[in-house]
Amino acid sequence: MAVVYQKPRGLTDAPLSYCPGCTHGIIHKLVAEALTGLGVMDKTVGVAPVGCSVLAYSFFDCDMVQSPHGRAPAVATGLKRVMPDNVVFTYQGDGDLAAIGTAETVHAAARGENITIIFVNNAIYGMTGGQMAPTTLPGQITQTTPYGRDVSGAGYPIRICEMLATLDGVAYAERVSVHDVPSVRKAGRAVKKAFQAQLDKKGFSLVEILSTCPTNWGLDPLESLQWLKDKMIPYYPLGVMKDLTGQGGGQL
Amino acid sequence: MGERFLMKGNEALAEAAVLAGCRHFFCYPITPQNEVCAYMSRRMPKAGGTFLQAESEIAAINMVLGASAAGARAMTSSSSPGISLKTEGISYLAGSDLPCVILNIQRGGPGLGGIQPSQADYFQATRAPGHGDLRILVFSPATVQEMVDTVFDAFDLAERYRMPAMILADGLLGQMMEPVEFPAVDVTPSPKPWAVGANDGSRPRNVINSLYLQADVLEQRIRERFERYRQVEQSHSRCEEYLTGDAEILTVAYGASARVVRTAVNDARDKGIKAGMLRPLTLWPFPQEQLRAAAARAGAVLTVEMSMGQMVEDVRLYTGGSVPVHFFGRTGGVVPTPAEVLEQIERLNAEGGNG
Repeated sequence: MAVVYQKPRGLTDAPLSYCPGCTHGIIHKLVAEALTGLGVMDKTVGVAPVGCSVLAYSFFDCDMVQSPHGRAPAVATGLKRVMPDNVVFTYQGDGDLAAIGTAETVHAAARGENITIIFVNNAIYGMTGGQMAPTTLPGQITQTTPYGRDVSGAGYPIRICEMLATLDGVAYAERVSVHDVPSVRKAGRAVKKAFQAQLDKKGFSLVEILSTCPTNWGLDPLESLQWLKDKMIPYYPLGVMKDLTGQGGGQL
Repeated sequence: MGERFLMKGNEALAEAAVLAGCRHFFCYPITPQNEVCAYMSRRMPKAGGTFLQAESEIAAINMVLGASAAGARAMTSSSSPGISLKTEGISYLAGSDLPCVILNIQRGGPGLGGIQPSQADYFQATRAPGHGDLRILVFSPATVQEMVDTVFDAFDLAERYRMPAMILADGLLGQMMEPVEFPAVDVTPSPKPWAVGANDGSRPRNVINSLYLQADVLEQRIRERFERYRQVEQSHSRCEEYLTGDAEILTVAYGASARVVRTAVNDARDKGIKAGMLRPLTLWPFPQEQLRAAAARAGAVLTVEMSMGQMVEDVRLYTGGSVPVHFFGRTGGVVPTPAEVLEQIERLNAEGGNG
């Protein structure tokens, strides 16, 4: 019988710790598929953040370092400077990357640090129970914006991809989504392209992946996918924000 | 040993680190340690290493964490306010069993404090270098030559016991120039079987991690770590004893203040007062046995620090009330004078030592 679907090499057998319907699992799979597809899993070191994916070191089948909250790009910098020929990536959520770790993110990008960041944006702090994230949409209800995010006090969401695209050190920045199958396929290509850019020593690469949080959004998984499509994508337009990889592909 | 150089303490620390095999140095500018960064920025490219000026002290210590996780000898340097920012990273390094060397060229605090030499970070270094149950090695050199020698010990012991090491100096030691010799070595760090890197499947996955969600598992990890700390305490506390054999008044001082106290002890001896000095070279582990023995012989202890009194609490702790322990300190960046310390010694002597 032909195998038509299987867990990708590149993930361990540890059961994922994510909530049912959460798209972290899809994104883990895309990362593992990209690394195994490029044949570099055996020379890859990943950096796990603090947040829902804090246990990522249990899931990716390569050497891993668990980082302090937000510091993953700095930890990855230290790793990469010791092992420039290895593949180094971080896997970070929005609170980790765009709030407490903004400085580390921006400066790793400005240095053109030859690392890859997988940035999972689900517009909320998942693991701590659904607080406002730097990427929470205006009006969005969270545990700490019970009346909806009021931009007059809580400010505006940060569009990380657009912001980083202004930096000369960035080789590749693209925003993708995983709300339907075509999007997942595009996201997979973007992740692979980012790792290829690192292998080609092009500099800093980041793929922002819009993701769902059914538990803290208070929606079922299908409603969550729809909410991502209807609410998040208008605020966070998909597409290539910067591409110096020379790999082609262009705008989505 | 070979050629002698006249060097600033900060530059000597940097050169020693390179000779000790450090090829990855990450820092953020802060006075009075800037010479370390400046020296490294010139030296590292020639040594084939990495000098990186980070965006913050926080980033710098986490770059150290990454480099150390990859098995490299990594170092960062800062001064008091910057060390406060590094405490997060130090805790993670300790919790991940990672070695590294951290230089603290202390200045006055709290807050922005000042930029003159201070010893007011003793508590931070020996008690709370980061959150959680942890210890780090703390060395306290008092000369530029000792700073050089200490760097080698700090890297060696940090790796042997897989824990961070701090060299607790101050702006006086960092800025002063003294003749110094460097050992004729260029250490090649040994491979680390626990380090992350390429893995063709011939070994299990290496994971550098400080998270243990099961309380009993975390407790077990901490207990294992504390067993290593116990071995460090048993084997690696060091001090210099100066004229303590017949001393009736035992001074205790480390680092820059010990240089002042040594002069005061000599002056006291010239006046016929039997003074001596115990000078810890390691603040953790503290040379408690040596202190107990010297204090018991002396009968009175005077601790001198450039702070409002921090190490004196350890001196009291380890002498356990067996002798009166007195304190004299200047703080905020003020360095005590030999005359001030001598006055204290003379006062104690006049009071019969146990005043």
